[in-house]
Amino acid sequence: MPSPAASASFSLPEALRKEGLSQADYDEIVRRLGREPNRAELGMFGVMWSEHCCYRNSRPLLSQFPTTGPRVLVGPGENAGVVDLGEGQRLAFKIESHNHPSAVEPFQGAATGVGGILRDIFTMGARPIALLNALRFGPLEDERNVGLMEGVVAGIAHYGNCVGVPTVGGEVAFDPSYSGNPLVNAMALGLMETEEIVCSGAEGVGYPVVYVGSTTGRDGMGGASFASAELTAASLDDRPAVQVGDPFLEKGLIEACLEAFQSGDVVAAQDMGAAGLTCSCSEMAAKGGLGIELDLDRVPARESGMTAYEFLLSESQERMLFVVKPGRQQALMERFTRWGLQAAEVGRVLEENVVRVLQHGSVAAEVPASALADDTPINHHTLISEPPAAIQAHWRWSEAQLPQATQAGITPVNGALAGQSLGWGAVLLQLLDDPTIASKRWVFRQYDHQVQANTVVLPGGADAAVVRLRPQRGEGAMQAASRGVAAVVDCPNRWVALDPERGGMAAVAEAARNLSCVGAEPLAVTDNLNFPSPETPTGYWQLALACRGLSAACSALETPVTGGNVSLYNETRLPDGQMQPIHPTPVVGMVGLVSDLALVRGLAWRQAGDAIWLLGVPLDATASSTTTASPTASEPDERVSLAGSSYLERIHGAVTGRPPLIDLQLEKRVQAFLRQAIAEGLVASAHDLSDGGLAVALAEACIASGLGAALELPAGALRPDRLLFAEGGARVLVSIAAAHAAAWQQALDQAAAAGAAIPAQCLGAVQAGAQAPASLTLSRGGATLLSLPVDDLREAFEQAIPRRLGQAVPPSA
Amino acid sequence: MTIGIVVFPGSNCDRDVRWAMEGCLGRPTRFLWHEERDLSGLEAVVLPGGFSYGDYLRCGAIARFAPVLQEVLSFAERGGPVLGICNGFQVLTELGLLPGALTRNEKLHFLCEPSRLEVQPGHCRWLGGYDACESITLPIAHGEGRYQVEPERLKQLEDQGCVVLRYADNPNGSVGNVAGLTNAGGNVLGLMPHPERACDPVTGGIDGRRLLEAVGS
Repeated sequence: MPSPAASASFSLPEALRKEGLSQADYDEIVRRLGREPNRAELGMFGVMWSEHCCYRNSRPLLSQFPTTGPRVLVGPGENAGVVDLGEGQRLAFKIESHNHPSAVEPFQGAATGVGGILRDIFTMGARPIALLNALRFGPLEDERNVGLMEGVVAGIAHYGNCVGVPTVGGEVAFDPSYSGNPLVNAMALGLMETEEIVCSGAEGVGYPVVYVGSTTGRDGMGGASFASAELTAASLDDRPAVQVGDPFLEKGLIEACLEAFQSGDVVAAQDMGAAGLTCSCSEMAAKGGLGIELDLDRVPARESGMTAYEFLLSESQERMLFVVKPGRQQALMERFTRWGLQAAEVGRVLEENVVRVLQHGSVAAEVPASALADDTPINHHTLISEPPAAIQAHWRWSEAQLPQATQAGITPVNGALAGQSLGWGAVLLQLLDDPTIASKRWVFRQYDHQVQANTVVLPGGADAAVVRLRPQRGEGAMQAASRGVAAVVDCPNRWVALDPERGGMAAVAEAARNLSCVGAEPLAVTDNLNFPSPETPTGYWQLALACRGLSAACSALETPVTGGNVSLYNETRLPDGQMQPIHPTPVVGMVGLVSDLALVRGLAWRQAGDAIWLLGVPLDATASSTTTASPTASEPDERVSLAGSSYLERIHGAVTGRPPLIDLQLEKRVQAFLRQAIAEGLVASAHDLSDGGLAVALAEACIASGLGAALELPAGALRPDRLLFAEGGARVLVSIAAAHAAAWQQALDQAAAAGAAIPAQCLGAVQAGAQAPASLTLSRGGATLLSLPVDDLREAFEQAIPRRLGQAVPPSA
Repeated sequence: MTIGIVVFPGSNCDRDVRWAMEGCLGRPTRFLWHEERDLSGLEAVVLPGGFSYGDYLRCGAIARFAPVLQEVLSFAERGGPVLGICNGFQVLTELGLLPGALTRNEKLHFLCEPSRLEVQPGHCRWLGGYDACESITLPIAHGEGRYQVEPERLKQLEDQGCVVLRYADNPNGSVGNVAGLTNAGGNVLGLMPHPERACDPVTGGIDGRRLLEAVGS
């Protein structure tokens, strides 16, 4: 073969800037090729060496994650992770971000994020059975953020609803740091439908390479490089870097791909996501240790006159590349045309380890696959040895700095509520009105969460989503399966901002706790690291410490990481030229196994009279574990705190303090105990304590059930706001029916006798609104701290988001 | 007797209807690919929810030209029971089997939530298992479910007892709170709510069972 055609002359500095490559990268490219690259080849390196494709900043940190375990069938490196569910069932799952596209074009950015993560799942031979998403926006008081949220939610709804995969859960949080740089992370789960897990490494010299799906156009040019740079006002001019999705086409692609994989004719598959044809060819070649020849003249094109560069870098959606058994390509392509899709034989597998691109009869690009995909450059950063000064200042904050709290309430001295005398009931209503805590019904009612007829828990009904494991096709499709899979996405971003290591641990701990609350056994993790630039000392420190925390927690809780996504440079250049970084946001997506769907528990109270228990660090715990000592004699337990709490931010206008210490061994013990109690049918409801602490968790259980509750909190020297609103402590609220009270006590006693005591406190009982409307009443030492009708709690909780959008929502049915 | 379930490339509730009919209620079913023409041996035909051909032009607007629908049209005209759910209801109006049209929800958002309905079964063959004025709950999941028809025609439909399902809390701005309509013969029913999502106690209520059990037993 002749050398690739030199392209028309181009300005090197300009081209390097556009591709996000450094001069050092260029020198390395020249060294690897033994010559200067042409423009198309430079573009291929640009995308393949971006953070999005090769983790050039984060790879050394990701290597510390535990990635193996008895259930892990496929770990990081393939399109998605796969875990063994037993009984012949296997689950593929993965999370991915579409932050930058969503910032400039929220509807299509979010929609194609959903399309991309679904392709990662069905490329493995799994049928997508559920979607979740983790979203972050700036405050809804700003019109721009409202527009972004409206667009993102509509985009997710458009794609997920049309493609027929239920969006069953997720989380949404708000913080000023996300203004202009929203986060859109989509997670998908799929149930394997093929015998063999379909992998991406090319096999079989001379085997045909087949292109299927949609046509290739100029949309999404250089999206991977675009996603790996910070956002500026000029980013809006990059709208062409955002792709346009077609969920209808993807639906056909799912069906046709799964049929094709079942035929056994496909030996390798790779979806075309970031970096399109370039990435799929080089990944398949590099992983298989072979080469791929690709003839661009045979690629179905959406428009004429496209250059090799444009073909190679296009991120047109809904496209896949297969290596097919020889002689089977015709039958395979007919499966796709039946679904109205494109299918074309576009190349072949080569013995030589190169990606060779032909156009108009000559070689347009020829690059050793290993040069693109192996030993990609790493940006080395120095980890500062001490926390940044600003963080150290935060850590010096203590609860003693808060104004005095009495039995009646508190008068904040800082923040929007300064000077107002607030009763504890008013404080609780303020917290329920916080959009991060409030009901997300405005969001999830726009998603079809029931299609496929397997959704066991509706959004908002439990701490995790639960989907029945009933296949859509084959023998099992008409049989009522009794097992399910639970899934959750979590990230306490405020804590991560204040202490990335504790915050990272807390993300994993809370995800596992949420799964345990529905009775699911946590299995494995997919993580989405959304961070600001790693090029500042603080930025890299945040990334490094968060990874350390995630890693420690995943090891302790035995939930290995099977893959994920890294999104860096999430920051916005403000009009004054300052950079505004986001809260570092390592979103943890976790899946769990439900052995018996009949035992799944929700967060709503079930019946008046049920006892309300708190598991985890007790309300009145102190560092010395004495309960009645004077405040000077004992410090409060460090595992529970108002530092970094929703209460501190919302009521006192401060995001400060060191978030609570995460006791991973206690987490593990409490969660295992809870799951066992649920499996024995002892628990009526379970809900973890998260943002807003005990009072908010109680309110949510009341709102979801319409039942009230009356609790007596322990007396003593601790501040009442600490009892009501402190966060942390591996804590879970459970309700226990009278019929199971003895068995429950026995289970606690047995755990203690076995040396694994579970801290547990009985605080009160569920109450019906027999005469008066149901209400939530909390008292201490015989005096009432707060008492509110459940209807008032619901009004604040349900209307917080619609009210800010000027759209009242009718009461839930 | 077998129930036919029409499958367009963009149908996404076809398997759900099958699960409800066959998995939950024990009725045999057969999928009808949109290019098929053979309806022999079918007791009834269901047009399931979804996005037929992507519905980029107008919901159901292209579906009406599908070969299978020409057969469904004559099947219905011969008195065969036809049920259109969600996108299937939209297709029925495009086919002219039911009057009016379904447009974008009043507040523009897609809505997925339980919906309380009032049933007025009248002469509708699909609703024989329900009492007059019975209140039931079925889930809705649509972005274009706002029923529209001229006021005179609505009056006429009401007088003829064709408005068989109404929303208790109108979620989408439909005229007359119309959630479901039957034809003069009572063999065709189009409704926006999803009865197939209310047949399985594991995933929700069972108020949709009697509807899907009405024919083919």
